[in-house]
Amino acid sequence: MSARTDLLLSIADDELILGWRDSEWTGIAPFLEEDVALSSIAQNEIGHARALYELAAAELGTSADELAFDRRPAQYRCAPLVQLRRLEWARTIARRWLYETADEIRLEELKGSDDGELAGIAAKMNREEAYHRLHAEMWVDRLLASEEGRRRFFEAVDELWPYALGVLDEGLRSELRRRVEERLGRELPAAEAIERGRHEPELVELWDEMTMVRRSAPAGARW
Amino acid sequence: MRRVFEVFRQERKGQPLQHAGSIVAPDERFAELYAREQYGRRQESAALWLVPREAVLEIGDFPDEFDLKYRRVDGYSIRERLREARERASSARSASAGAG
Repeated sequence: MSARTDLLLSIADDELILGWRDSEWTGIAPFLEEDVALSSIAQNEIGHARALYELAAAELGTSADELAFDRRPAQYRCAPLVQLRRLEWARTIARRWLYETADEIRLEELKGSDDGELAGIAAKMNREEAYHRLHAEMWVDRLLASEEGRRRFFEAVDELWPYALGVLDEGLRSELRRRVEERLGRELPAAEAIERGRHEPELVELWDEMTMVRRSAPAGARW
Repeated sequence: MRRVFEVFRQERKGQPLQHAGSIVAPDERFAELYAREQYGRRQESAALWLVPREAVLEIGDFPDEFDLKYRRVDGYSIRERLREARERASSARSASAGAG
């Protein structure tokens, strides 16, 4: 597998699994408007995953659906950050915001790529991610505005920080730290990244649920 | 803490904005984002207006103590008057016939 396909699958898996995790709030988000907004963001992420899988599928001679659903859990390349099961609200926001901050750095890099297809898809994704970032940033503002919100948000960020580092290649991590520290106005704990390639038990459970219908259908079923 | 925003939606450029519903949001920035998601993500709107509910002046009572029907847009019914006029005319005719 080429480095390009490996990269495409890493990002696609991040977006697919985060989309699934965020969609776990559908119907039970703190209030109706947020429920609609978060569910819509989740759908966007899964749409990004599809576009990326299609690029990878063209190279591998397979299809986006096969890449999304027919691999074994151990073959997914998503960062452990997105594998964690639905977290309580402050952590959900902390994960969204950390992911979007990391993703922005990654997309900036990709937009400058010599590979026209990659640069194009990164630019397209980035236009939609701009709304996701806005959503996350507004929530960060709200959480930082109260004492309880600050406490719970900082706790969540500290807990998820090693996971957030694992979203990016080593060379981009110091930039992530700089942006997060600047936004929060505080230093982050020293941490070792929880690297891509590690598979949380929660991923297997999610995979089981995510692929259940597809696995129960006879091979070659058309939808 | 939570505010209600009335949402007006324009389906196509040039058309009037019509009330589409309302959303609850903590502030204007969230209201904009939520309105985009609820009324714009399927490309169903050309424009949205968000109006904080407290900015809406509501008038809900329209007294008409003297029954000024002629001011109403649907006018007033002349059927009753026509019937009265016909009755007058026919009784006048029969009166003059009796006299002849």
